[in-house]
Amino acid sequence: MKRSVGSKSRESHGFWYANRFLILRRFSQFSILALFLLGPLFGLWIMRGNLSSSRILDTVPLTDPFVFTQIVLSGHVPEINAIIGVVLVVFFYMLVGGRVFCSWVCPVNMITDLAGWLRRKYSINTTSKLDSGFRRVLLVTVLLLPLVTGYVVWELVNPVSLMHRGIIFGMGYGWLMLLALFLFDLFIVRRGWCGHVCPMGAFYAQLGRKRALVIDAYQRDQCDDCADCYLVCPEPQVLNQPLKSKSDSTIVSSIDCTNCGRCIDVCEPKVFRFSRDPDTGQA
Amino acid sequence: MAIQLRKRTRRQFIYSMARAGCVAGLSGSLLASYAKQSSSLAASSLRPPGALPEPDFLGACSRCGLCVQACPYDTLKLASWLDEAPNGTPYFEARDVPCEMCDHIPCVEACPTGALDPALDDIDDARMGVAVIVDRESCLNLQGMRCDVCYRVCPLIDEAITLEMRPNPRQEHHALFEPVVNPDVCTGCGKCEHGCIPEDPAIKVLPVAQARGKIHDHFQLYYESDQAKEAESAGSGVES
Ligand code: SF4
Ligand code: SF4
Ligand code: SF4
Ligand code: SF4
Repeated sequence: MKRSVGSKSRESHGFWYANRFLILRRFSQFSILALFLLGPLFGLWIMRGNLSSSRILDTVPLTDPFVFTQIVLSGHVPEINAIIGVVLVVFFYMLVGGRVFCSWVCPVNMITDLAGWLRRKYSINTTSKLDSGFRRVLLVTVLLLPLVTGYVVWELVNPVSLMHRGIIFGMGYGWLMLLALFLFDLFIVRRGWCGHVCPMGAFYAQLGRKRALVIDAYQRDQCDDCADCYLVCPEPQVLNQPLKSKSDSTIVSSIDCTNCGRCIDVCEPKVFRFSRDPDTGQA
Repeated sequence: MAIQLRKRTRRQFIYSMARAGCVAGLSGSLLASYAKQSSSLAASSLRPPGALPEPDFLGACSRCGLCVQACPYDTLKLASWLDEAPNGTPYFEARDVPCEMCDHIPCVEACPTGALDPALDDIDDARMGVAVIVDRESCLNLQGMRCDVCYRVCPLIDEAITLEMRPNPRQEHHALFEPVVNPDVCTGCGKCEHGCIPEDPAIKVLPVAQARGKIHDHFQLYYESDQAKEAESAGSGVES
């Protein structure tokens, strides 16, 4: 039988070690959804609104910087609550750095992860070539559109806000779009949505440019070329530089890395760890 | 060799920029035309009180639903994919649940972006739409009955909607009471449409742009003209 990805790590270090960050991530994603759902379902209003704008305990406002940027570019000057909210969120993501939104918060990540897992499990290898820089072109386009039309155009179709909003306020026909996205990832392009298309992910990558939290391949001399990390990584190209190049730095420095930590989970020789210093790589 | 290499990379650069431009142009125009297409509200969908004029609203609203959750009467809904309003935006359908015109306007208070204008401090100034008798044939009052429901339920009774007594053309000796909306006062809350008795309402609240006409600016109405005012003051001078 074909060895499944991460099985060596699981055999050597146990189930918890081999799935730590995956479980923590799912916990984070579900808790955030649960906090937003407690209000509508049980009248416990810890969080109001959705990921686009929200209020914690009816006091602290939060606003998504991607939506906020589109609003400003459309020519509207937002009220103070949206401004305070966006400052708080930007501060958080710049502090942590990287695409932590993508792997720890975004609900669509669960769909694309599922498609990725099914691809591995059933060896679905069909994939069309799509340049992973497409998302950056789309991001620029999506930010230009409000300037030209005066509308927040991307939010008409953005599946990320559509899914989060749908879970809290009613999905309607929104599931059609999510199904399309799932099938796109499953059969058309490997890691198609998050790795090639989503302009929101590309936006958060830019926001987290200066990363405080990075993946460090500090024991890369232990690597036995099993390639499990390449198989689970949503952005496998980011692993080349620390693992395969002769560069001194062992840091995954690409802004495309989502800080999901899955490479740490599946690596049997424990090549990777989270590190807080992008320059020296000290833990 | 070096020169050749530079030439090739230059050409590759131009090529990839051109390709990026095409991709951006293609996806951009698809998205923009979709936005244009879906930016019109269905006639039955109304915006919450204080909403900016529709084109501005679509640039200002973050689609957070804070207004929806603030509404104590569950009037507001947040549109999803293929709903009656553009994806993610708040709206209500008066026939289902009208706006109760809360004094403190909690929906406006909750809005973080100003898509619902915080300058609205008196709910009577809200213009969510305008009520229109869309079908005289199905209005019970216009059939000579005393339904009066739209008039009775109106929060601005006798201001936004009045009953005008008219001779009933069908029966010589009877009157009918025609509900007449004053579009300058009507807030568009939709209580009348909600309450209207017939199976399909005879009175409907339409978004302002669809409910109202406009006379050319250069038009001079006689009763507003200086001449008319002079005549009036002269006339009243004679009377007194
Ligand atoms: S790339 Fe987009 S969809 Fe994927 S996790 Fe990031 S924000 Fe979510
Ligand atoms: S005024 Fe009151 S009833 Fe009307 S939409 Fe706002 S919160 Fe709801
Ligand atoms: S509270 Fe304001 S920004 Fe949020 S959905 Fe309502 S109108 Fe839009
Ligand atoms: S409620 Fe409807 S039927 Fe009754 S008077 Fe008003 S418009 Fe006519």
